[in-house]
Amino acid sequence: MATAVLEARGISKGFPGVLALDDVSFRLDAGQVHALVGENGAGKSTLIKVLTGVYRPDRGTLLLRDEPVTFDNPLAAQRAGISTIYQEVNLVPQMSLAHNLLLGREPRSRLGVTDTTQLYAEAERVMTRYGIRTDVRRPLRSLGMGTQQMVALARAVSIEARLVVMDEPTSALEPREVDTLFGVIADLRSEGISVIYVSHRLDELYRICDRVTVLRDGRVAHDGPLDELARVELVALMLGRDPAEIRRDGATKFTGEHTTTVGEPLVQARSVSCRPVLRDVSVQVRPGEVVGLGGLLGAGRSETAKAIAGALPVDAGTVTVAGQQVRRGSPAAAIRAGVSLVPEDRKAEGIVPTLSVRDNIALAALPQLSRSGVVSDARIDRIVDSFMRRLRIKAASPHQKVSELSGGNQQKVLLARSLATGAKVLLLDEPTRGIDVGAKAEVQALIDELAAEGLGVLLISSDLEELVEGADRVVVLRDGAVAGELSGDQVTEEAIMATIAATGETDG
Amino acid sequence: MTTTTDADTGTDTRRAPGMLRRERIGHLLQHHGALMVLAVTVVVGAVAFDSFATPQNAANIVVSSSFLAIIAIGMTFVIISGGIDLSVGSSFVLAGVLAAYGSRYGLLVALLLPLTVCGAIGLVQGLIVARTGMAPFIVTLAGLLGMRGLMLAVSDEGANTYLVRNDAFSALGQASFLGLTVPVWITLGLALLGGVLLQRTGFGQNVYAIGGSEEAAVLMGVPVTRVKVLVYLISGLLAGLAGALNAARLSSGVTILGAGMELDVIAAVVIGGTLLTGGSGGLTGTMAGVLLLGVIQSLINQIGVLTSSFQQVVSGAFLALVVVTQRILHRAQRLS
Repeated sequence: MATAVLEARGISKGFPGVLALDDVSFRLDAGQVHALVGENGAGKSTLIKVLTGVYRPDRGTLLLRDEPVTFDNPLAAQRAGISTIYQEVNLVPQMSLAHNLLLGREPRSRLGVTDTTQLYAEAERVMTRYGIRTDVRRPLRSLGMGTQQMVALARAVSIEARLVVMDEPTSALEPREVDTLFGVIADLRSEGISVIYVSHRLDELYRICDRVTVLRDGRVAHDGPLDELARVELVALMLGRDPAEIRRDGATKFTGEHTTTVGEPLVQARSVSCRPVLRDVSVQVRPGEVVGLGGLLGAGRSETAKAIAGALPVDAGTVTVAGQQVRRGSPAAAIRAGVSLVPEDRKAEGIVPTLSVRDNIALAALPQLSRSGVVSDARIDRIVDSFMRRLRIKAASPHQKVSELSGGNQQKVLLARSLATGAKVLLLDEPTRGIDVGAKAEVQALIDELAAEGLGVLLISSDLEELVEGADRVVVLRDGAVAGELSGDQVTEEAIMATIAATGETDG
Repeated sequence: MTTTTDADTGTDTRRAPGMLRRERIGHLLQHHGALMVLAVTVVVGAVAFDSFATPQNAANIVVSSSFLAIIAIGMTFVIISGGIDLSVGSSFVLAGVLAAYGSRYGLLVALLLPLTVCGAIGLVQGLIVARTGMAPFIVTLAGLLGMRGLMLAVSDEGANTYLVRNDAFSALGQASFLGLTVPVWITLGLALLGGVLLQRTGFGQNVYAIGGSEEAAVLMGVPVTRVKVLVYLISGLLAGLAGALNAARLSSGVTILGAGMELDVIAAVVIGGTLLTGGSGGLTGTMAGVLLLGVIQSLINQIGVLTSSFQQVVSGAFLALVVVTQRILHRAQRLS
C-alpha cells in the first residue's frame, strides 16, 4: 500500500464532560479526496482541529508520511504542508485581495520594503490560475463569497500544501462557484495533493470524493470507498440508524397523532428564499399540529425557522400568520403576530445567563406586560409563577440565575418565554439536544401538551426517532430546498432517510 | 495548475470592472476625507481672516501640532491593530518631567531616560495585552494611572518643576531650520518612516491583518503576540519622545500640560479616517486629522469672540460627524 500522506492512529480527545474523539483512526492517501462526514457532535471538527494542530490529542499518534509528528500550533501544521480552509473564510476582509493572498510572503524590493507592483502582479497571476480575474487591489470584503473562498484556497495551496482540509467550503457558494471550486479540487488531485472534504451535501460528496469516513459520537462508524456505499446507507450511517434496528417504537414520550390537525393554516411560509442557504421553501403549520423539519445538518432547517421568525433577511417569499402577512425581516413583527422561535443554541441565542429565571421568562413579554412603559412587578410575578408551574420548571426560586439550572430546565424557561408572549406558533430548533434523558422526555411531553392545546409547532430535530414520533407531518429539506413531505403512515425513519438520500435535481 | 476550463465556469464572467464608482467615492472619503476637510477649512479661513493665511500663523499651527502628531503616529499603529493606548497622555507628561530632570546629566540622559521609561512601560503594556488577552482599554488605563502617579512622585506632587539646564537639549525643542523648529522636522521624518513601515513592510501588513481579524491573522501564521507587543512599544516610545521634545521646547518639565491628551490623539486619529475597530486607516489621514484640530484651534483664536474652549466643542462635533460618516460608508459598502 502506498505511503499515507497523513495517518491518525487511535486518537482520543476529551473535553470536560464529553469524550469528543474515542480511538479514532484515519488514513489519507496521496491525491485522494476524502470525505469526512457526521452529524453535530460526531467529532468532525475536533478531528480536523487535531489534524491541523489546533488541539493536541490526549491519546494516539499522528503520522506524516509514516513519520510520527506532533503539531504545537496551526503554524506548525501549516509548515508541515497541511492547510485548512475554514467554514467561514478566515481572511482579513478589510485588506486587499493581494495582501491577503501573499501576507507573510510579500515580494521585497532592493530597499527591503514591499514591492507593491510585483505584489499585485504576482497576486493577479495566481488568481488567474484559479479562474478569477478581478482587481486584486480591491478589499476582500467587496468581492463575492466564491472569490473569497478561492483566495483562501489559493493561499492554502500556495504555501506548499500537500494536504488541504476544507470545512464545508460550499456552504456560502452559488452553484457556479461550486463548479469552479470542484475544478480546482480536480486539479489538486491530479497533482497528488490530498483533500479532506467536510460537507453535508450528498451530491457534492458523490461528485468529487473517493473515500468516506463517517464519524458518529466520536467514533468511526464507517470507512471505505464512497462509490461502494449507497446514498441511503450513508444517510443511515450519519444519522446513527442501523437499518436493521429501525423498527423500535415507543422510546420517546410522544403520544403519536394529534386529532385536531384540520383547519386553516396558522402559519404559512410561501416560497421563502435566502440565497444560497434557502431556495423556495414552503411550509405550513395548522393549529394543534406538530410539523417536523427533517434533513441533514446544513440543509436549511434552522434557516427556515429563522426566516419564519423574521430573524433571517430573506430575498423572496412571504410568511403569513392566520392569513395576515408578516413584515419581512422583523423579529418584533413576528412575535407580535404570535410566532416564537426557540433557537438551537440555547447559550448563544436564547437565555441571558446572568439574569434570573423570572427575568428570562418576562424578557420578550415586557412590551405586553407594561402599561405606558411601566412594568408591573405583580403582573410579571403572576405570569412567571403560572408558567413555572405549568411547565414544571425546577428552580429554587424565580430569582435563581438561569445559568444555574440544568439544560432541560433552561429549555423550559425558553419555552415559557415564548408562551408568555402569547405565541400561537412555536418554532423549536433542536429542543432536546444536550439535555439528559429524563428532561428530554419531559420536554417532549410538553410539546405534545402544547399542541393539544391548539398551538402550532414546527419541530426541528436531528433525532429521527423524535421526528417520527413527535411530528404529524415531516417536511424534509435538502441543500436549502424542500426535498419532500411525508404525512400519516409515510412518516417513518426509512422514508425520511430515503428522501434525504434521493438524488437532488440538478438546478442552478 | 491549469485554468479551469469548465464551460459553465466561464472565467471571464468573473471579471469585475475594477472598483465601482460608489466604492471609489467611499474609499476616497474614508482615506482622504480629513485632508479634503482640512483643505476646505484652510481656504475658508484664508478668505475670512487676513491674519490666518500668513507664514507665521502656519508655522505656529505646525509647531504646536507637532507633539500631538508624534504621539498620533504611534496611536495610529495601535488603533489599526485593533487596540487603544490610553496611557500616552501620562507618558507624555512623565517623559517631560524625566527629560527635564535628566537634562542636568547631559543631552544623552535627557533623551534616553524618558525613552527608556516610556518604552519599557509600553513594552509591558504590550506584553500584558498580547499575552493575557486582556482588554487594551483596561491595561492602558492602568498605565495611565500608574504613570500619572509616577510623575507626581518624581515631581513631589507637582510642586517641583525641573528646569532644563542643557543648551543642546533645549535646542532640540527650540532651534529652527528653514523656518520650522526641530520637532516639526522630526515629526515629518517619523511620519514618513511610519508610513513606509505601515504600508510597505510585512510588519505593517501584519498590523492591518491583526486589526482586521485577529483570528484570521493567527490562522494565516502572523506572529500576533510579537506584532502587538511592538505596536505598544512604538506607541510608548513616541509618546516619550514627544514629551521629551516638549520639555526641551518649554525648557522645563511641566506637570500639568498633557493630561487628557490621549483623547485628543485618539480624536485626531479617528478624524483621520482610521477605524476604531481596527484593520483600516493610515498615517496620511492621521496627519490631516492632527492639522485639522490645530487649524480649528487657530481659527477660533482668530474669531476672538469665542474662547478657546470652543475649540473642543468644534473638535467634538467634527469627531461625531466623522464617526457617523464612517458608519454610513461602512453600511453602504456592505450593501454594495
